[in-house]
Amino acid sequence: MLEMRNISIEFPGVKALSNVDFGIQRGKIHALIGANGAGKSTLMKVLSGVNSHYTGQIFIDGRQVHIRTPKLAKKEGIEIVYQEVDTALIPYLSVGENIMLNSIVNNMNRKHFIKWTEIYNKAKEVLNKINVNLDVKTTVKELSLAQKQMVLICRAVVEECKFLLLDEPTAPLSNRETIELFRIVRDLSKNHNVGFVFISHRVNELFEICESITIMKDGAVVTNKKIDDRLTQQQVVELMLGRKFEELYPKSKVDIGEVLLDVQGLSDKEKLIKKVHMNVRKGEIVGVTGLVGAGKTELCKTLFGAIKQVEGEIKIAGKIIKIKDPSSAVKQGLALVPEERSKEGILVEESIYSNLSASSLSKYTNKFGFVDRVAEKHKALELIKELGIKTPSEYQKLKLLSGGNQQKVAVGKWLVSEAEIYIFDEPTKGVDVGAKQDIFKLITRLAQMGKGIIYASCEFSEILGITDRIYVMYDGCVVKELETANTNEEELLYYSTGGS
Amino acid sequence: MKAKINTAGLMSILTKWGIVITILFLLALFGVLMPNTFLTVSNMTTILRSISIVTVIAIGVTISLAVNGFDLSVGSTATFSASLIMTMFIWYELSTIPSLIITLIVILSVAVINSLLIVKFKVPDTLATLASMFIFQGVAMTYSGGGSVSQNMIRLNGVATTGKVPALFLKFGQAPWIILIMLMIVIGVHIFLTYTKHGRYMYTVGGNIEAARLSGIAVDKYRTLAYFMSTTFAAMGGILIAARVGSAQINAGSGYLMPAVAAAYIGFSFGGLGKANAIGTLAGALLIGILENGLVMLSVPYYSLDIVKGLVLAVALGSTYFRKK
Repeated sequence: MLEMRNISIEFPGVKALSNVDFGIQRGKIHALIGANGAGKSTLMKVLSGVNSHYTGQIFIDGRQVHIRTPKLAKKEGIEIVYQEVDTALIPYLSVGENIMLNSIVNNMNRKHFIKWTEIYNKAKEVLNKINVNLDVKTTVKELSLAQKQMVLICRAVVEECKFLLLDEPTAPLSNRETIELFRIVRDLSKNHNVGFVFISHRVNELFEICESITIMKDGAVVTNKKIDDRLTQQQVVELMLGRKFEELYPKSKVDIGEVLLDVQGLSDKEKLIKKVHMNVRKGEIVGVTGLVGAGKTELCKTLFGAIKQVEGEIKIAGKIIKIKDPSSAVKQGLALVPEERSKEGILVEESIYSNLSASSLSKYTNKFGFVDRVAEKHKALELIKELGIKTPSEYQKLKLLSGGNQQKVAVGKWLVSEAEIYIFDEPTKGVDVGAKQDIFKLITRLAQMGKGIIYASCEFSEILGITDRIYVMYDGCVVKELETANTNEEELLYYSTGGS
Repeated sequence: MKAKINTAGLMSILTKWGIVITILFLLALFGVLMPNTFLTVSNMTTILRSISIVTVIAIGVTISLAVNGFDLSVGSTATFSASLIMTMFIWYELSTIPSLIITLIVILSVAVINSLLIVKFKVPDTLATLASMFIFQGVAMTYSGGGSVSQNMIRLNGVATTGKVPALFLKFGQAPWIILIMLMIVIGVHIFLTYTKHGRYMYTVGGNIEAARLSGIAVDKYRTLAYFMSTTFAAMGGILIAARVGSAQINAGSGYLMPAVAAAYIGFSFGGLGKANAIGTLAGALLIGILENGLVMLSVPYYSLDIVKGLVLAVALGSTYFRKK
């Protein structure tokens, strides 16, 4: 039994947590949910010893503990697996070394030589314990995201952990990988008495795997509930947002016009996409779906010139065009909101206004190349209001914004550039329900303006909710074209998994 | 509570304007220690003159840092350009303007090699410019025949030279001209980096190259441009060295590399920008210059000055990278 009482924490200018009570039991799986910025991660960082300046008490089995460093947290058997798995792994070391990293670092004491066989055997033992088939000698950089997560879970298990905190573990996983993760989580909680905190934005997942739930909003706990038949997903979302939840997908009638983008036989150099045919009409939202690794991102990037195209023809408004790099794609009226937001979409160290103008600075530039900074900031303020970006000012650095607000900026910068074709690659990844709705509204409005939209996502529910037409990809090929109105999740899954 | 906020505010002022405060503090300190000699017009001019070459070369480094690159070849570039311009006068007996133009064109070969290695062959910036640093150190030496280039020299093939260094050119090396040239370059580059879209694109590239590329910025073009600019300013630094001394000495520019790098890095924290910037670079050079001047006047031996310069750099970097938890 782990209990947190009256936990508060403050960062310069913000009260991130106020008087939070939170508890989990060993052998149980407990859900933690809240909009971006609600304080979930902050609370978990208190438990894992990263945020050390909290006030309040923490008890384990009735005994008060003081967790002020990650090392102390580990000593109490609390382990955390962050969403960004790469930050905790050493890419050029082997799976075995990564699993055993803590014991190599902390348990060597006065020994100086590493016993490789012991390390590999122990790592193997742990992998067997949770039934994961991985070679302990492969280097971690060759692993998929899901496998990296397994490695981190193994590392926690080696340490005899009592409580394991998983911060949005399913966000980057495909359906099949999620099922595998659930199996491991259930196994560890039942058979090894590990208590889990499971953070996710996907409410349906939490209902599937968790027994109880804590809902947070604005740095405080809204409620603790048992997950049973009396609780609906709708209720959870409403409690989390603190308001009535409207229809997630804005419905609107858009007249679909003539073909805007026509792609024939597109392939890239690495053959990650093969002979793709597709088209997008004015005012149409076209979905591209498939499992993780099916080639959606690669298709988006090839269209945008970020991956070299070796075959095929791209026509915009009937005219054959050559896209040799992203900068020529932008000139042709294309816009891409990339999947890896913080790595590819935004400048974390820069202000909101310079992010918003990054793709359209020429608009504010006179013929001598000077930037009209007043107009630039004016436009930024307009967009902040229009997109509902929560920020004290347009000077705020992006790294201080929540994921959903960052994504709004990543989308917002293309609104200025007045593109004709918008490509969205997993735009709702790591974004809470409220911000998601804002993004959907925005996309619908772009469609109303007669833009062509490509919406790539592996979330079938989103694809079905927002698009007009769907291309399903499998192994780099478009295997099926479907009318959204006449299809369903089962059919999408069927074609995504290679059915034909 | 109130005191807490005040200390936080003070800390932020200190980290933002630390260089300026230090400069003012040093001026005051040396002014008190040497009331009659330090704070005089002639001594201030001396300081400005002494930092002008470093500053111009450091501006080149600054631009390479703005795109998150690093130009280690600026010292060799300065050496090579000093040799080039002197041979234009002494060997080929050209006048000032054509000599300047030819030198600046020939020197761009450094930029061509740098950007080819970095942009086309994807060699990490530091390593690529390390290679070109050696190449052009050797090229400069080979070109000048392994020795210095000065008036009335005898060339390796035994031919006596009659070319003279024009008086106009030597003026560039004198105060106030050398100081004005430096200030013009600093202000020009500041305006370029801060107020034009090209400068903003460079910072964008430096901030996140992938995001910049996917924003449609011609990333390779701006990285290439940055290296061409850094080479150009390094070359101007070399030309000023030549004008100052009236000859081209062996490896004349290489001694400027590290002070220039130091000035650019000290400038990072200027105004809380946290990135390479022209005014900050000037402030960095000024800080080092004042310190050097003051200490020399206090009869600190020249060979001990490096200790102080190193310490200043260490403190400046410490305050830039130190984050209060």
